[in-house]
Amino acid sequence: MSNYSEILFRPVFKENPIALQMLGICSALAVTSKLYPTLIMCVALTVTVSLSNFFISMIRNITPSNIRIIVQMTIISSLVILVDQALKAYDYETSKTLSVFVGLIITNCIVMGRAEAFAMQNPPGVSFLDGFGNGLGYSVILIILGTIRELFGTGTILEYEIFPLVQNGGWYVPNNFFLLPPVSFILIGLIIWALRAWQKDQIEEPEFKMSENSPEIIPNPPPTPSSKGST
Amino acid sequence: MPKLNKDSTLNITFVGIGLCLLCSAIISIIAIQLRSIQENNVVLDMQKKIVSSAGLTTVYGSVENAMSNIKTMIIDLDKGEIVDISPDSYELAKELREEGKYKFLSAENDIASIKKREKFSKVYIEYKDDKINTLILPVRGYGLWGILYGYLAIEGDFNTVAGLEFYEHKETPGLGAEIDNPKWKALWKGKKIYQEDGQVSLKVIKGSVLENSDDFVYEVDGLSGATLTCNGVTNLIAYWMGSDGFLNFINNLKEIDV
Repeated sequence: MSNYSEILFRPVFKENPIALQMLGICSALAVTSKLYPTLIMCVALTVTVSLSNFFISMIRNITPSNIRIIVQMTIISSLVILVDQALKAYDYETSKTLSVFVGLIITNCIVMGRAEAFAMQNPPGVSFLDGFGNGLGYSVILIILGTIRELFGTGTILEYEIFPLVQNGGWYVPNNFFLLPPVSFILIGLIIWALRAWQKDQIEEPEFKMSENSPEIIPNPPPTPSSKGST
Repeated sequence: MPKLNKDSTLNITFVGIGLCLLCSAIISIIAIQLRSIQENNVVLDMQKKIVSSAGLTTVYGSVENAMSNIKTMIIDLDKGEIVDISPDSYELAKELREEGKYKFLSAENDIASIKKREKFSKVYIEYKDDKINTLILPVRGYGLWGILYGYLAIEGDFNTVAGLEFYEHKETPGLGAEIDNPKWKALWKGKKIYQEDGQVSLKVIKGSVLENSDDFVYEVDGLSGATLTCNGVTNLIAYWMGSDGFLNFINNLKEIDV
């Protein structure tokens, strides 16, 4: 049992796809300016990654290894099209806001990464859980971003007014910077910092070591030509 | 049991073709199942914008109720007459692509910077007791970053604005995009378009309109930090209410109505 919950919750904080593996950043920048579309995006990605893991794992034993990436992509893109179609039918407003980013789940590295790293080696049930867990990990970061950006960018959370705006007779001047994609970079950076301060083992070994500024490092001056030589 | 050689050419072909067929079949079935709901959504979304531009959502309680009192028709913009074309298949983007269904505008006529104007336009009329109560006209014009698409609703006297609503634009959030602000949109209601001599005078000014100003009914407060967007709105009203826009149609309607 603990094994299952480990598979499900490991990707949330310990191996978060965005914060540790640095995957799926593109959509994290693009769709988080408002919380509601963010939530829909989280649901869309979680459904896609869980189901794609499930189906890919189901046929893993007959999948020829030299076309496995194509097989994975076919399954993933079919699922994404389905999610996109369902969204257009049942939540048209949000599908307009998310526009191309639902379709771009196909290229989201989390989905492909989990298929290749987990679903190809494990049975369907566990693969589904792994996908769901990674979806949750993605969602946690996106929801944090969405909440902060909507709150400071427009003074609302889920369209419900928290800070009354100056335009509507309140005191809060909305910070438009929070509506622009780059702010997500900064926020993701801060989240990673916080996460690594808490979970020290996530800190990576530096690839290059800075050398000390010691006199030994300075190379010996080239030998000066002797002036005492015979002429 | 013989072990399946999953890397044999036969298996590659089988898995490849089989998977593609299966996936495409599932997608097709679901897409067909959902198509009617999706098309309905698109229509409903448009209707919502149309009805709310005229402020009719609260009057009728729901979009469906309001739409049952609204007639959709296609008009010829140059002649200003209703033409007998089914409005259901009308699409502005398609009209602007098809040769002969649009005209290019010369620089001095192109007040709203739209370059091309369609020959036929789709308008909505709300009837109350068999009389025209609201006329809802599609308008568009260049703002700061792109074309603003919207609906201008005019009351039965063909001069008083009932509302203005943009359904598509690319303006800056917080500045130009404040044209979506309900408070600003509410300013439009009750403003007049034409002066006594028939001149289009309605415009967005810089700053706030003074209560006791002579032009009070012809002016709307500007949005701070969005001068170019506001100019765009002024221009599109000047264009679409002028003789190149809906003026001919409005004049014809007046004659029938009287």
